[in-house]
Amino acid sequence: MSSRQTIVKRAALEIKDGMNVNLGIGMPTLIANEIPDDQNIFLQSENGLLGIGPYPVEGEEDADLINAGKETVTALSGASFFDNAESFAMIRGGHIDLAILGGMEVSEQGDLANWMIPGKMVKGMGGAMDLVQGANKVVVIMDHVNKQGETKVRTNCSLPLTGLRVVDRLITDRAVFDFTDKGMVLVETLGEYTVEDIRECTEAAFIVKA
Amino acid sequence: MSGKRVERMEDIIDTIKDGDTVIVGGFGLCGIPEKAILALADKGTKDLTIVSNNCGVDDWGLGLLLANKQISKIMASYVGENKLFEQQYLNGELEVELVPQGTLAERIRAGGAGIPGFYTPTGVGTEIAKGKETKEFDGKTYLLERAIKGDVALVKAWKSDPYGNLIYNKTARNFNPLAAAAGKVTIAEVEEVVGIAELNPDHIHTPSIYVQYVFEGKNYEKRIERRTVSEKQINARSGQ
Repeated sequence: MSSRQTIVKRAALEIKDGMNVNLGIGMPTLIANEIPDDQNIFLQSENGLLGIGPYPVEGEEDADLINAGKETVTALSGASFFDNAESFAMIRGGHIDLAILGGMEVSEQGDLANWMIPGKMVKGMGGAMDLVQGANKVVVIMDHVNKQGETKVRTNCSLPLTGLRVVDRLITDRAVFDFTDKGMVLVETLGEYTVEDIRECTEAAFIVKA
Repeated sequence: MSGKRVERMEDIIDTIKDGDTVIVGGFGLCGIPEKAILALADKGTKDLTIVSNNCGVDDWGLGLLLANKQISKIMASYVGENKLFEQQYLNGELEVELVPQGTLAERIRAGGAGIPGFYTPTGVGTEIAKGKETKEFDGKTYLLERAIKGDVALVKAWKSDPYGNLIYNKTARNFNPLAAAAGKVTIAEVEEVVGIAELNPDHIHTPSIYVQYVFEGKNYEKRIERRTVSEKQINARSGQ
């Protein structure tokens, strides 16, 4: 399995029957493909849709029906449409059970950086800052190390923050961590990685779940 | 009474003056007031502050106003689809205030609802909190965010009656109802104006009180920014 497949398949296990879930743009979007058909899940899109369906078949694309990534989608039966203030009332008001977002860096305190790199053109944070504050559970998915092999799981984030102490669970291609009152906890290793391997590629201090 | 109906967008677009703040509905290119933007580009009104979630693409939507250098400031949550934007920002021709999407929506909603500001947890501890007042409620820190009002709001709806009661279609609703309420003057363009009493009052998204002008546009382009289709019906869950 590629690191992306490992992450996506593991992250899909976070989704439980009956949940209302927001999946971020990019890799988190792929998780939708892994949701078992017998589960009743409503996927929320910040631009005003609860109950995102599959991409339309060719010829049935509707310019008035898109997701937050501006892709043409469909609406499931049982879906609802609403305006953006209502959408973020849902998010901020704690009605979204789970948000899964991509990350650039996560700190041992559960801080998340995922929206800008100083010196590069800033595109904007979109809805990410609202989602990390509002969703009942925030799961971040990202590669454990960057292309240069440097860890993305840091003592402190070096990039501008999206949210302070907002991450509940981090899933990388190598491990799963929870952020608790006792600090950062390694709860699973993935693939062939051992606890020792994870220590070597992680700057953040963590304890291992007993 | 059908005094809100106008036949030509050109006749009302000069409601917008140089230097005005204009709130524009839409998300990406979905649900944007394309006829009003074209008329505003033709008119050449300058030094506009635009409040909108995005800024169009290089050759469509608000990107047309950027190309004409009509925008001096933009308040948006995501502007990554536009090369002109980057150039003008780096040249210092364009002032940018990036606002988290939920905060942007609520600031516009508050503007229309007569609430001068509100507290939100969004952005606490980040760069966007700089210079903003904070307050603790029940042990948690919140930022004070100010309402946004527009001199003019430009919105796009699906149907209207002559009074300006509006109904939107699917996700083309997005920021439009918020914008409609937050404009001192609101210009609504619609795909179809139907007769009085043809709309069910229970189905109205934007009540007529918020709308000053109604324009029926023809031949909407309704461009799609990212056309994605299912290859197989089996991949049925692969929506976002």
